[in-house]
Amino acid sequence: MEYEVVIGLEIHAELATKSKIYCGCTTEFGGEPNTHCCPICTGMPGVLPVLNKTVVEYAVRAGLATNCTISSFSKQDRKNYFYPDLPKAYQTSQYDLPLCKNGYLEIEVDGEVKKIGITRIHIEEDAGKLIHDESGRVSYVDYNRCGVPLIEIVTEPDMRSSSEVKAFFEKLKSILEYTSVSDCKMQEGSLRADVNLSVRPKGQKELGTRTEIKNLNSVRAIVRAVDGEARRQISVLERNGVIVQETRRWDDEKGESYSMRDKEEAHDYRYFPEPDLTPIVVDEAWLDKIRSSIPELPDDRRKRFMAEYGIPAYDAALITGSKPLADFFEAAAKVSRNAKSISNWIMGDVMKKLNDTGLEPSDMPIKPESLSKLVSLIDENVISGKIAKQVFDIMWDTRKDPADIVEKKGLKVVTDTDAIRSVIIQVISANPKSVEDYKSGKTKAMGFLVGQIMHETKGKADPQAVNRLLKEELDKL
Amino acid sequence: MAITKEDIERLADLARLNLTPEEIEKLTGDMETIINYSMNKLNELNTDDVQPMEHVLPVRNVFREDICEQSFDREDILKNAPEKAEGCFLVPKVVE
Repeated sequence: MEYEVVIGLEIHAELATKSKIYCGCTTEFGGEPNTHCCPICTGMPGVLPVLNKTVVEYAVRAGLATNCTISSFSKQDRKNYFYPDLPKAYQTSQYDLPLCKNGYLEIEVDGEVKKIGITRIHIEEDAGKLIHDESGRVSYVDYNRCGVPLIEIVTEPDMRSSSEVKAFFEKLKSILEYTSVSDCKMQEGSLRADVNLSVRPKGQKELGTRTEIKNLNSVRAIVRAVDGEARRQISVLERNGVIVQETRRWDDEKGESYSMRDKEEAHDYRYFPEPDLTPIVVDEAWLDKIRSSIPELPDDRRKRFMAEYGIPAYDAALITGSKPLADFFEAAAKVSRNAKSISNWIMGDVMKKLNDTGLEPSDMPIKPESLSKLVSLIDENVISGKIAKQVFDIMWDTRKDPADIVEKKGLKVVTDTDAIRSVIIQVISANPKSVEDYKSGKTKAMGFLVGQIMHETKGKADPQAVNRLLKEELDKL
Repeated sequence: MAITKEDIERLADLARLNLTPEEIEKLTGDMETIINYSMNKLNELNTDDVQPMEHVLPVRNVFREDICEQSFDREDILKNAPEKAEGCFLVPKVVE
């Protein structure tokens, strides 16, 4: 039988505010355990939380950038549950009156544009971190992350494949980056997703029973979890089994999900209005002010890059998908006469380095001006393309200026014909066999000789000059 | 509206309360009285045009600016911990 997979996402993004949602402790990542804490974020009795205004502005910004309706009146609620990562025994969140609702994003998969609905975006606080003692009977609790502001973005069950999920997630991520709402560093847990997934026979109207896979923290894990869970559910149905509505965890190493064996009792969060925090009213004037703070978004930037810098659609889409990468490109392209080459470097060597080192584009060790200079050095024939790759590697490792590297390491193209000619003569006399081959019509021998000359000059000889002069010398013989 | 013993047991469980059978018995009756009194009162009133109360005070938009302040010394924060080690609160091992 043919099945249809139905997927919705719940995405948590840590907001890029300096301080926590209800107190002045820093949101900075890392730090010694429990050093970013105060009585408010550790849930001491008798304290009074006060909402960080920037949290509201960032959440509204995210809502506007995802075509949501912004609630003029919204409130916060307590979500009650006992777990030691939450010292108050409730999470302050929003229940029935979220800040933003009814939005959407358009994604493009295989040339088809599709609208993915966003049910709501609400603000809430992050929880602390538990470190479980492997052997012992205790858990260590670090509350540094407790009270870091989050937005939770809930989508409609509008996605039908892992490619759609990937496209949506990446688009949302780039919008959150562009609007500076979140730094979206997935390896630091700034952005994580829960996947709600069910399958149904193609053509059936009713939704199947869904499962929820919690806390996926890389795009790769999201895609693999979607594919893996869809396969699992289909195979259960094929064997006439029953899907149990449950929360599952994805083990990315094993490539399978397993049940978290929730207690039989369903969660009952007993939400009620948070009496310590006042309702939030966003009037037109405030809304306009937030609206005017939203910068150019990825779709517009992609179109502008294609028009302004003449780079291909594919490159433009990939580069503008990441704000730091797009900023890097634009800063480099602005001071360059060869934007296409800048784009090629980013698509090639820069991306490869980022992948190999596991760095985010925002952590790029080279300056955009340096890449632009490197490209000029090639275009002005100061260095060869091959040498440029060497220079690029050194730039990446040492953060030095490319011109300085070329100067210090003596990597300039040798265009001095006398110098090249003397190497040629040396190589010719050292390889009589190849010369003979060439003379007897084996043109391949020419390639070998060029290789030897380039080797002798450590790749620095101007290849055009080498070819021309070698031919001259061979013809003399 | 009838409140059963199971309702009280479930509530007690959610609130992490250990109740004796006698307490459960008593609370079942108490809860039923409270709920029914409130519901009867509400039913006497016309609430058609009454907005749900979101907050008891007529106050809106109390905010703080996004400014970092000094956090507490860790030693002070951990003073209330029944057990601590390596700068962390220690709790009985919980695996979700």
